[in-house]
Amino acid sequence: MARLDPKLLRAAVPALSLALLLVAIFIIQPRTMSYFGLNLMLNLALPIAFATMAQLFILTVNDLDLSIGGFVSMVACIAATWLNETPLLGIAALIASIAAYAALGALIHLRNLPSIVVTLGMSFVWLGCAVLLLPSPGGAAPDWLTAIVKFKMPFVPLAIVASAVLGLVVHFGLMRSAGGVVLRASGGNPQAVAKAGWSLLKLKVTMYALAGTFGVLSGLILVGTTTSADANIALRYTLLSIAGVILGGGEFTGGRVSPIGAVLGALTLALVGSLLSFLRISPEWQIGAQGLMLIVVLALRSLVNRFEERAQ
Amino acid sequence: MTYRAILAASAALSFCLASAAASAQTADKSIALSNNYAGNSWRQAMINSWEEVTGKAVEDGIVGSADAFTTAENSATEQAAQLQNMILQGYDAIVLNSASPTALNGAVKEACDAGITVVSFDGVVTEPCAWRIAVDFKKMGSDQIEYLAERYPDGGKLLEIRGLPGTSVDEEIHAGIVEGVKAHPQFEVVREVQGDWTQTVAQKSVASVLASLPEVVGVVTQGGDGYGAAQAFKAAGREVPTIIMGNRHDELTWWKEQKDANGYETFSQSIAPGVSTLAFWVAQQILDGKDVPKDLVVPTLRIDQDGLAEGLEMTPEGGVTNQEYTQDQAAELISSAQ
Repeated sequence: MARLDPKLLRAAVPALSLALLLVAIFIIQPRTMSYFGLNLMLNLALPIAFATMAQLFILTVNDLDLSIGGFVSMVACIAATWLNETPLLGIAALIASIAAYAALGALIHLRNLPSIVVTLGMSFVWLGCAVLLLPSPGGAAPDWLTAIVKFKMPFVPLAIVASAVLGLVVHFGLMRSAGGVVLRASGGNPQAVAKAGWSLLKLKVTMYALAGTFGVLSGLILVGTTTSADANIALRYTLLSIAGVILGGGEFTGGRVSPIGAVLGALTLALVGSLLSFLRISPEWQIGAQGLMLIVVLALRSLVNRFEERAQ
Repeated sequence: MTYRAILAASAALSFCLASAAASAQTADKSIALSNNYAGNSWRQAMINSWEEVTGKAVEDGIVGSADAFTTAENSATEQAAQLQNMILQGYDAIVLNSASPTALNGAVKEACDAGITVVSFDGVVTEPCAWRIAVDFKKMGSDQIEYLAERYPDGGKLLEIRGLPGTSVDEEIHAGIVEGVKAHPQFEVVREVQGDWTQTVAQKSVASVLASLPEVVGVVTQGGDGYGAAQAFKAAGREVPTIIMGNRHDELTWWKEQKDANGYETFSQSIAPGVSTLAFWVAQQILDGKDVPKDLVVPTLRIDQDGLAEGLEMTPEGGVTNQEYTQDQAAELISSAQ
């Protein structure tokens, strides 16, 4: 009999926990087992999945991004103001913010700064820009954006299709392509990559630019769903995105990430809240229960880790 | 067995039937409370009032169920997700204290489209399909000047204690005070200090300006800062002017002491945390098929000189004066708004 492959097990944990959660939700609240139900439960998970992917790019190069929540908030504010009123200015601002992200990557690499400090500082800058743009909550999402996000796909909700496409595209780009291998290796073994003649600077800038791009997408989807913005709208995404990557099987170091796992992790985090409210747990306990479920999933992970070590 | 007993029994029975008929419309309806924050005494009192009043309403068969939900963090996206879960749970009405006036509009619209009645209160939402039970903070400001104008027809200088800077509540109360002073030009606000709605902060900032502060007849406040101001005046050895209070327990206790000692006069006002129960009854009335205007204004809970002892009784130690609303009060508010 073949032994369980630890690698397979590691990849299976995020999928299994999501499946378990879904089954529990379907049993408790059968109404969710419909197009309408899945769409409602998952449409706010989609921007979290994109923000998680942005975080994954940063984690791949051994850095940590504490500014993604503030960045997504700022993008949401740009989308609800400039992008709606003067589209050209809005598009220019979004491109400029991606460029700023890339420049951050260069700064962190060239000056050899700790990414946590730089991004923590930047989180205040992004939040400041968001407040300047939208001092009091309001604005309106452009109609075309709302139309895209609220588009009703036949048979399968858009949020599921988009999550699947997101996971698969990044999986093939980062895990299967030649370029992806180099990008990941720049986090796992930078010396070897440098010796092989690759520019670490270029690689880092690429990853930060990718993170910025996915952050922009996350903000656009978010504002399309909520239809208007608030400077504090996505501050929670910083921690959610980190938790999503880790739940999905990623590690803090060594370019060890899993894009499909990260998408599953983000969906799991979003659905935990749904399950708890369907269980009608009293408000005082809801807060603690959410944390408890995360700890359970992470405990499963560390079990798998130990299993892996023993297999080696 | 007497005829009287039978008569009484049948009268009681017919009364039960009548009341059952009155609430039959909503007896199987479920209402949910979506709350974004539970971290201070006002919000705790708000949830407790909700549980008390709705628990009784469920027992009496007026509504089917009334569950309370609070999000883990004060975040708009999390609350939007919570609203969407409530839609799936099939609630008939959602009573909402919102984290943001606009960021929940998408989710609120989805709820309306699913045929759910959404009533927002305190933290209201701008989505047109929802009902709003808003606080008239501006009136809270202008009422203070109105009161002082009655007390001091000749006018005089005033000290203003502001709230937390950058919040809309602070802006609106301040605007009301400015408007009041414009209507009664015999008054002049000579100094503004920042009080953050907190006794200790208010005491410190009032104390720091007292040395250079001319004689004032009154202190206009935003609530939660009156006791601190009084302490500052007392510590400096100055006569305490008329300080408007904000229904906090320490403020009312101090006022009572002064009233008993030297006949000190003022008034006190704030929003009762029990406004959640008002929102509950409004939602119930809407579900009952009543025609309710989309915008309602919460009455402030005002304590005057004569009502002080009663007001103090309604105030838990360390908390804010609370009042739970009844179905009749909600119906009255609705009819007065039409």
